[in-house]
Amino acid sequence: MSGKDRLPIFPSRGAQMLMKSRLKGAQKGHSLLKKKADALQMRFRMILGKIIQTKTLMGEVMKEAAFSLAEAKFTTGEFNQVVLQNVTKAQIKIRTKKDNVAGVTLPVFESYQDGTDTYELAGLARGGQQLAKLKKNYQSAVKLLVELASLQTSFVTLDEVIKITNRRVNAIEHVIIPRIERTLAYIISELDELEREEFYRLKKIQDKKRIARAKADAAKALLIAEGKLREEHAANMLDEGDEDLLF
Amino acid sequence: MALHSAIKGKLISVIGDEDTCVGFLLGGVGEINKNRHPNFLVVDKNTAVSEIEDCFKRFLKRDDIDIILINQNIAELIRHVIDNHTQPIPAVLEIPSKDHPYDASKDSILRRARGMFNPEDLVR
Repeated sequence: MSGKDRLPIFPSRGAQMLMKSRLKGAQKGHSLLKKKADALQMRFRMILGKIIQTKTLMGEVMKEAAFSLAEAKFTTGEFNQVVLQNVTKAQIKIRTKKDNVAGVTLPVFESYQDGTDTYELAGLARGGQQLAKLKKNYQSAVKLLVELASLQTSFVTLDEVIKITNRRVNAIEHVIIPRIERTLAYIISELDELEREEFYRLKKIQDKKRIARAKADAAKALLIAEGKLREEHAANMLDEGDEDLLF
Repeated sequence: MALHSAIKGKLISVIGDEDTCVGFLLGGVGEINKNRHPNFLVVDKNTAVSEIEDCFKRFLKRDDIDIILINQNIAELIRHVIDNHTQPIPAVLEIPSKDHPYDASKDSILRRARGMFNPEDLVR
């Protein structure tokens, strides 16, 4: 950053006022953005902690679900192809809601049951209990995963927004405010310069006038001394003595 | 758009080995749309990586999918594609498969977070 980097503006009082208000605005904006960044950061940390917790939990839930699948297979026999071929409509669907953190909208997923179970009759012959347990396990796994997905989405969104906000905070702090300050300093120095010039000019004019007056006085004094000129006083209006007006 | 998505329920899609897919399908996430495109992909040892990649990209483009579940060992195969996907929706979730335990250090999301937190420390 060179010291010359400042806004292209004409140094005047008006511009100085403008710059002052802009500096104030920039400082206010900086503190507000900083607060926003802090709020987001707080939320971000919270979500990160939750994600890690949920991911560990997910490992266990998935393990249990996989185990119950093996159990069901053991009792029912091979049903993979039947299940894969019989897919029609999704039973669990996702709804999206919006959450708002410091002006940032975060999507929140929510799972809900929609329609009937396609595999209602699966395991009718044998192993129905195991299959029911298997379904329940996987449904709870899905619920957990949906929760995890919304956490993760919030995480990604917040990550992005925090980066942007930090960039803005830094830009204001290190670029915009110094530039305005430099402009202000420039304006003040220019104004001072102008003032000094003006003062000097005034003094100069006074000097000239004084010399001219001294010369004129001297010439007059000389004329009076020679008797060519009587000293005249300006007539006083009060001494004129108007005639009284009578009606 | 927001209103539209709020009304219409979105889907969860699955890319995984046979057992994972079967499990989630029994859980009730599977759907075949009008064009007979399923929202899941069964990956076995004969599935080419390019096929998984294409399928994953197709899922990303579909606007009725909000969450993509993918087995971590399969995610490893197409890691570059997953890392390229930075939009929040659809959310890509890596899940453990039956014969590959979950490794937090490989997760795309947690790797991004490693700068701030060490996932290994918190998992234990």
